[in-house]
This record gives sequence, C-alpha cells and structure tokens, in this order.
Amino acid sequence: MGSKWILEYAWLIAFLPFLAFAIIGLYLHRWPKISAYLSIASIGISSLLALGTAFAVFSTKEGVVYEAAMRWLDMPGLRVDMGMLLDPLAAVMLMVVTVVALLVQIYSLGYMHDEPGLASYYAYQSLFAGSMLGLVLANNFGQLYVFWELVGVCSYFLIGFWFGRNSAKEAAKKAFITNRVGDFAFLLGILFLQLLFGSLNYGSLATALEGYNHPATLLIVALLLFGGSIGKSAQFPLHVWLPDAMEGPTPVSALIHAATMVAAGVYLIARAFFIFSSSSEAMLIIAVVGGFTALFAASIALVLNDIKRILAYSTLSQLGYMIMAMGTGAMSASMFHLMTHAFFKSLLFLAAGSVIHALANEQDIFKMGNLYHKMPVTAGAFIVGALSLSGIPPLSGFWSKDEILAGALGSGHIILYLLGLMVALMTAFYMFRLVFVVFFGSNQAEGNPHESPWIMTAPLAILAGVSVVAGLPGSPLMKYAFGHYINTPAALHVQPGLLTMILSTLFALAGIGLAWAMYQQKLLEPRLLVGKVPKLYKLLINRYYIDEFYAWLVARVVDKSAAWLFWADINIVNRLVNNIAFFTGRSGETLRYTEDGQVQSYALYMLGGIVVILAAALYLSDVI
Amino acid sequence: MPSLSHYLLLAAVLFGIGVYGVLSRRNVIAVLMSVELMLNAVNINFIAVMKFVPSDRHVGQVFALFVIVVAAAEVAVGLALIIAMYRHKKSVNLNDFNLLKW
Repeated sequence: MGSKWILEYAWLIAFLPFLAFAIIGLYLHRWPKISAYLSIASIGISSLLALGTAFAVFSTKEGVVYEAAMRWLDMPGLRVDMGMLLDPLAAVMLMVVTVVALLVQIYSLGYMHDEPGLASYYAYQSLFAGSMLGLVLANNFGQLYVFWELVGVCSYFLIGFWFGRNSAKEAAKKAFITNRVGDFAFLLGILFLQLLFGSLNYGSLATALEGYNHPATLLIVALLLFGGSIGKSAQFPLHVWLPDAMEGPTPVSALIHAATMVAAGVYLIARAFFIFSSSSEAMLIIAVVGGFTALFAASIALVLNDIKRILAYSTLSQLGYMIMAMGTGAMSASMFHLMTHAFFKSLLFLAAGSVIHALANEQDIFKMGNLYHKMPVTAGAFIVGALSLSGIPPLSGFWSKDEILAGALGSGHIILYLLGLMVALMTAFYMFRLVFVVFFGSNQAEGNPHESPWIMTAPLAILAGVSVVAGLPGSPLMKYAFGHYINTPAALHVQPGLLTMILSTLFALAGIGLAWAMYQQKLLEPRLLVGKVPKLYKLLINRYYIDEFYAWLVARVVDKSAAWLFWADINIVNRLVNNIAFFTGRSGETLRYTEDGQVQSYALYMLGGIVVILAAALYLSDVI
Repeated sequence: MPSLSHYLLLAAVLFGIGVYGVLSRRNVIAVLMSVELMLNAVNINFIAVMKFVPSDRHVGQVFALFVIVVAAAEVAVGLALIIAMYRHKKSVNLNDFNLLKW
C-alpha cells in the first residue's frame, strides 16, 4: 500500500510534456538540440511516473481505482471537469503511450538529425504526448473530447511537418478534414449523453445508464460515439486519411499513426464499453465495420509497393481487428491486442524508417533487396515485428490475436471468426512479402546502405524485446493476468482454445510459406498471378477506387452545391443588397429637392406633420 | 352674450390667419407680425378659458402676461435679426434667403 501516493501525482504524466512544449515553443526554439533533450527528459520522467502508477494500480488483486477532478467549465446544463481516472485500463494505456513515445523520441534524434525544424518537431512531439496522455487520463467525455481534438491537431502538424512538399500539405489537410467528419458525430454523441443523463462523467453515466430503457436512443448515441472511433481509428469508410498520413516523418507514423493516436478510437470504445454493450445492434454494427475494415485493408496491403503504405494498410487492418473484437464483446482481448500491436507496429515502422534512412528516402520495396547482411539489427528487429504481427507463437501478437479470434468464436460470430483467420493469413503473407523482398531476395539496393547509428538501433532492440514479451500477461504463463485486470461485467472473456491456436498458427505459417514461395524461391511468379486476375489486381492496386469515389463525390456534390450557392449568392443576396443601395440612392436623389432652403417650406412640412399626428391621435383616442 | 365657443372660434381664426401669414408672406416683417398674431390667438384662448371655467387661481391671466413678455422679447430679437439680414443682403425678401439647400 506504500506506493499509493504516486496516484495523486499522476496528473504530472500528462502535464510534463505540455510543460516541455511550452518551454520549447516560447524559449528554446533556437536551440534544437536542447529542445530535443528537454522533450525526451520530460517524456522520460513521465514514463517513469507511468510505470510507478501502473505498479500502484496493479498492487492489489482487483486493481486500484483512483479518481480526482477539478472544475474546468461550469454553466447551467453543462459541467466539464479536468480530472484523472486511474484504473487498470488507463494504467496500461499510460505505460504503452509513454514507453513508445519515449523510444520514438530517442529514435528521432538519429532519424531527424539534420532537420532544420528539429525544435518545432520536438515541440509537436511533446504536445502530442501530453494530449494523448490527457486523453487517456480523462475521467469524463468533455475532457476526452478536448484532448481528442488536440491529438488530432498534433497529427495535422506532424503529417504536414515537411510542408514544403505539396503531398504532405494535402495529406495533412485530408487527415484533419476526414477526422472532422467523425468528430462531429462524436461531439453530437457527447452532447446527447449530457442531454439524456445530465453528466459526462464515466462513473455517473454508468450509474445513470443502468435504469435506462430506451434501446433506440441508446443505439443512436452509441453509433454517434462510434463515429468518433471511425474517424480517429480510420475505419471504413473514413479510412482514407491514414495511408496518406505516411507523408509525415517515419517516427511520427510509428508513434501517432500506428501505436497511439489511432488506437484512441479503440480506447474510446473500451472506456465507454458500458454504453456500447447495452445496445446489441450497435455492437453488431461495430463488429461488422471492424471486420470489414480488417479484410478490406489487408487485401490492399497484398499488392502495394511502398513500404510505409503497406504498414499503413496493415495498421488499418489491425485496428479493424481490435474494433471487431470490441463489437463481439471481447473488450479485454481488444485492449490486449491494442497494447501488443502498439509495440510491434511501432517497431515495424521504426525499422522501416531505418531502412528508408539508409537508402536515402527510397520507399519502393522493389528497389531494395538483400539488406539483411548490411543492416542486421534493423533486419532482425523487423523480422521480430513481422513474426509478432503474423501471430507466430510465442510472440506477443500470437496471444492477442488468438484471444480476439476466440472472442469471435465464443460470441457466436462464426463468419467473423473465419474472416479473422483469413486476415491472419493475408497479414502473414504481406508482411513476409515485405521481409523477403527487402531483406533477402536478389534485388540490389542502389548506393551503399549501412546500418543506422546506435541511437536508432537501440530503440529498435528495446521494442523488439518488448514485442516478444508483451504477450505474456495475456498468456497462460501469467494466468491471463491482463484479462483479469482489464475487464468489465459486460465484457466477454474467452480463453483461446487449442484448436484456435493451432488454426491461427497454421494460417500464419501458410501465409509466410506462400510469400516465401513467391518472392524468395520464385516458385510462383507474381506477375503470372496478376495476369490471371487482372481486374482484381487493378481494383486492389487502386485501393478499391475509394479515393476516386470521394473525389467524384466531392466534385459532384460539394462542388455542384458550391456552384449553386455561388449562383444564389450572386443573383439573390448580391442583387438584393445592390437593389437596396440603389433604392436608397434614388430616393435620396429625389427627396433632396424638398430641401429648398426656404424656412417657410420647412415650417409647412412641420405643420403638415403636426396635422397628421393630431389627426392620428384623435382618431386613435376616439375623441371625434 | 358670447359663449366660450365664440372666443375659441375667434382664436382659431386668428391663429389660422397667423399660420397662413407665416407660411405665405415673403416679407420678413410680415412673417414676424404673423407670428405675433398666432401668439395673441393663444392669449385669447387663455383668457377665455379662465373666464368660463371656474377656478380660484388666475393661472390663465398669468400665462397671458408671460406670453406678452416673451413676445416683446421675441420682437426685439427678431427685429435685430432682420436688421442684420438686411445689412447683409440689402433685402428683407425671404426668397433671397435660401442658401441652406441641397
């Protein structure tokens, strides 16, 4: 019990990065190196505090819950607190976010070493870390929403970090605007909660919801809240921003667009699980959206050539997996996968960044090759990440993926279970296609690639180690401790059976084998396969024409309605205003001749006016 | 014996003549005289109403006296103005005093 005092200081976890952001932004921006060290120091202390907090939270058998808040905004009908809710769920997220953020910031020292905007890069990184941690700590939806938008704007800054490039500018705008669509629904959902239940606090809402018996309203509220998840976690149909977000620096992609921010949507569902789970229709929709995104994104990843975009579609697919798990009710499995995915996907991105760095910003995998001997640490780390993502035992991805599959099976969603296995096969295939083409293979990269400096490889090594062991808390070896702590009464908790474990491993091995046969041994020429199904290939390589569809939709609906409104503005509003001005001018022109300078005329007008007023007064008072 | 209505009618006619004179005469002196007519029409009203409506206070008479005092002052100021205007324009015809227009 001696470690409880640290919970009272947990707000510092989010506050320190904000402080670093302010100091860098106000005073240190001319000294990039000092800025970087300050940012790393602040997130380092935060991660130590987060580890201490987690230690305190997990110190008892049930997990400690600590809540503190202060008033931030209060008006009739709306009260928003700034507070913190520390429970096992928040503690896990705090650990994941601080550890990954710390490693990414250290790695950035090497990756961004000759970057002129290094100080602002670290300022944004600190702002992001603080916002994300504030989001995790929030004890009510109002605070959650504030930080939700803050991480969104950090994402915008960092995607557009190289704003000299047009594509980066466009991608940043796309990410921000696409997110606004989802966030609008999310805000409506939050306001609905306030209107229906009179509070935004998680605890009060959970109590208020117990006696609430109005499934149609709950469904609407749950779907509106899920809209936020669709935007932030890039689920179909708002997934289009995430692949383009790869225009940002690779460490940013690793931290924000793979490990933490995009997982905020999943975290939201876990936090508000009491709302979602009380509407079975909403849960089904969530499961279907997630499952569809998982399959859809994985199929695109099969054919792409850009190393970062493959990883981006893989992230989409894995986020779909988590959302699907939430929908089937396997909340702890989903959070478990969120944690393991955060580690191995940030590992994969950082390793990919190391490759891109060594090859002078080359991102096409077919222009790489045989890098295993030149970059052994990077290659090893990448392979560990890929194995983990593919779900090969005993790496972390294996345990979490199997729990999700078991959840789908246990809740009776056989189709989603099969879909999950299918995605596991595709995941293994595209990851090892990447591994074989980039690190082995017969292609030769141009130039003379060399291993990255230790400041980049050290975070890789640490993350690789974490990726190996992160699955243990959810494995029988630690008696499924993860599912014991991260749980709610409504959540389904199914341990994966032996059949699921064997099946998923076989599917993963099949995917790896297929990739090996096609890209290493050339037993099956990819080009021949493409020739067999040219239409399918075209559909996949063009990402199902979703972007084109949106472009068409924008041209059709937005541009057309804008043209119509422009016409209305010119011909109705403008014309009205012009005519009013014209009328005023003309009446002035005419009436000014009554001002003839003769006082007697004015006296006559006055007399006329008095007569009119008197007549009116007499008429109204009925004297006559 | 004339009644209140007769007095009021006389006052109204006198006031109408005054208004007509103010609005239609071009000579400034005539306009000033018409204003005096209007003031005196009002005075007749005051006195007549005081005579026919019983009251122990002589408010009507007092007011009539005040009006006469003010009229005397007004005539003094008005004639001074007219002299100033005449010195300026060598005319007392109002048609010549229409500088302040469109």
